[in-house]
Amino acid sequence: MNKISVIIKREYVTRVRKKSFIIMTILAPLLMASIIILPTMIMMNQDGEYKKIAVIEDNSDLFKGVIRNTKDAEFVYLENVKVEDLQKTFESAGYYGILYISPELINVPNAVQLISKQQPPIGLLQYIENSLKKEIERQKLLAYKIENLDEIMKNIETSVSVQTKKIDETGAVKGTSTGIAMALAYLFGFMMYMLVFIFGAQVMRGVIEEKTSRVVEVIISSVKPIQLMMGKIIGIALVGLTQFFIWIFLTIGIATVVKTTVLPKNNLTELTQSVPQNMMSADNQAAVAAQSANVSPQLAEFSKMFDSAMNQPWGLIIFCFIFYFITGYLLYASVFAAIGSAVDNETETQQFMLPVTIPIIIALMVAIGTMQNPESSLSFWCSMIPLTSPIVMMARIPFDVPYWQIAVSMALMIVTFLAFVWMAAKVYRTGILMYGKKTSWKEMWKWLRYSG
Amino acid sequence: MALFEAVNVTKKYGDQLALDKVSISVPEQSIYGLLGPNGAGKTTLIRIINQITGPDSGELYLNGKKLMPEDVQVIGYLPEERGLYKKMKVGEQALYFAQLKGLSKAEAMKRLKYWFNKLEITEWWGKKIEELSKGMAQKVQFVTTVLHEPKLLIFDEPFTGFDPLNTNIIKKEILYLRERGATIIFSTHNMESVEELCDNITLIDKAKTLLEGSVHDIRSQWAANEYDLVFDGDVKIEGNGDYNILNQQKEGNKSIIRLKTISSIKTNDILQTVLKSGNLISFNPALPSMNEIFIRVIENRN
Repeated sequence: MNKISVIIKREYVTRVRKKSFIIMTILAPLLMASIIILPTMIMMNQDGEYKKIAVIEDNSDLFKGVIRNTKDAEFVYLENVKVEDLQKTFESAGYYGILYISPELINVPNAVQLISKQQPPIGLLQYIENSLKKEIERQKLLAYKIENLDEIMKNIETSVSVQTKKIDETGAVKGTSTGIAMALAYLFGFMMYMLVFIFGAQVMRGVIEEKTSRVVEVIISSVKPIQLMMGKIIGIALVGLTQFFIWIFLTIGIATVVKTTVLPKNNLTELTQSVPQNMMSADNQAAVAAQSANVSPQLAEFSKMFDSAMNQPWGLIIFCFIFYFITGYLLYASVFAAIGSAVDNETETQQFMLPVTIPIIIALMVAIGTMQNPESSLSFWCSMIPLTSPIVMMARIPFDVPYWQIAVSMALMIVTFLAFVWMAAKVYRTGILMYGKKTSWKEMWKWLRYSG
Repeated sequence: MALFEAVNVTKKYGDQLALDKVSISVPEQSIYGLLGPNGAGKTTLIRIINQITGPDSGELYLNGKKLMPEDVQVIGYLPEERGLYKKMKVGEQALYFAQLKGLSKAEAMKRLKYWFNKLEITEWWGKKIEELSKGMAQKVQFVTTVLHEPKLLIFDEPFTGFDPLNTNIIKKEILYLRERGATIIFSTHNMESVEELCDNITLIDKAKTLLEGSVHDIRSQWAANEYDLVFDGDVKIEGNGDYNILNQQKEGNKSIIRLKTISSIKTNDILQTVLKSGNLISFNPALPSMNEIFIRVIENRN
């Protein structure tokens, strides 16, 4: 036992001290955070740039005044100006671009152009498209000569935004965002995949390194093969967990910083949280609506997502993550160790890698499917089968999985990983001392049944 | 008394016989040579002694008791292909292996300092193995092998990769270790080192023992009635019915002659005939070198 700890220590220390480890550990959360934060920042910063756009119509005035000015774009309708002339001078005239509309637009959907020096933002395009579309629809309706059309139009104008609420056992209602659950499902499934693969492959490389450098002979003359194998697997698992915890702390740290600096301090959180509780009260609703009017809608949306992320059952998620990481990792790492022991160099591993990779790839694909449909039976079964459950179950957990399912999945996982470790140890013991022979699955099966 | 004994050890890899009823007996505080051409089964035997792999049949005894897994603590093993982590620093690596052999960190540190000083490799402590030459790495490995002061030391080809200077240093250390009570088994192709170091040898070929015994006895046995005579000045001898002249050569102002008796003539009678030819300086039975014996034994077999 004492020797195993010496081995674990070496495996851990040599890896944690590597520059690549330190860089990855610090950079990954920053990268993650920037992926989440940057789009929001860009979205919020868009307001700042004011654009003036010239609108020119070809020999008609069907769309005069149709596109209303917004707070960051002004549409100037120009008459008796030729596009060809303005094209050369619009920039010096202070225009961001020219919107050129042909009268065929009513029948030909693409008979409109936005000419500009820069790539126009999606939001602006959508706004123009929507405005024109509405106008064309209105004009087409007008052609039917319906009485009181204007009034009818006003009446049917609606806007819908689905609010998702979840009721837990105690009857309390929580605001959730499916978007966040999906993002988390994806994040966890993918992280699991990465961790199992990266660290499992590290085990394999470590075994091959020891085998090719013949270190293994020296060590096997001091400790048992199983001790060496488990020491390596556990040492690398600790490296993975260290990285994972540092990532969690850094992410929480970054999230806190973002929350306190980027978001305005006028209690957005309380505001959005109070909405569900007061759903039924019309008075309050009006009050809230009035209040929200003061906040930019993007910020409110961001804050809502943020709170939804914070409302996830983090305790359960972290517990499951660590459990599935350890067991899933042990399962795959022991297979990787067995493969590493059976070959003479890394290029030979490929024929063995494919069958190991396939369940992981399937798991990842099912995990992505899980985000669209968390309750599907494929997701359910894949979250039970131990080869895929670490990844698929992690993808399901943000969507509230019944506890009994988690328990069954975990129990199956424990039994399976023990069986895999046991088999891998048998292959490993024979494999590490075999040189110069091309190993096949059949050969490994034979090693598995060796008794001595 | 034998410190280590292997009795009728047999090992098969699949259908291939790697060792066929090989027995060795290694007296305490002696140096035992395992000789044989490549692929003879030496490394297999060494691995079995180290309990890296088990024999199919046969017994192993250490100090008269059956060899047990715990005994690895009193065995030191220097494998043929050096096994060190390339990316690890010399000092850390030596400490690691010492701890795996059961030494405490402090004790390992103390002993490492002593050995690093002795072999003059202290300045390599912070270097990575990949920065060292093959011979340098081998010295490090030698230290890690002997550090826990094992009673039984097993060196698989300890001299390959060393320059003559370092070969000598390692030879000296091996003799010193024996003096301090260690028993040493080593395999080698370097027959010169066998003559210098080994008390006993076993010659294995194709899984079988071909020759076994003390180096001195074996060389006398193979002497085969040959004698070396050295004369002052230029001397020539003719062969007769009792002996043939195998070789005559001049070295400086000496003549060296090798003769082989072909009848049952006594050495006294030979002397009487050759003394007439000139001034005899020395007369020795010609002991064949281990190299010659090795080649002859293997060739005879084929």
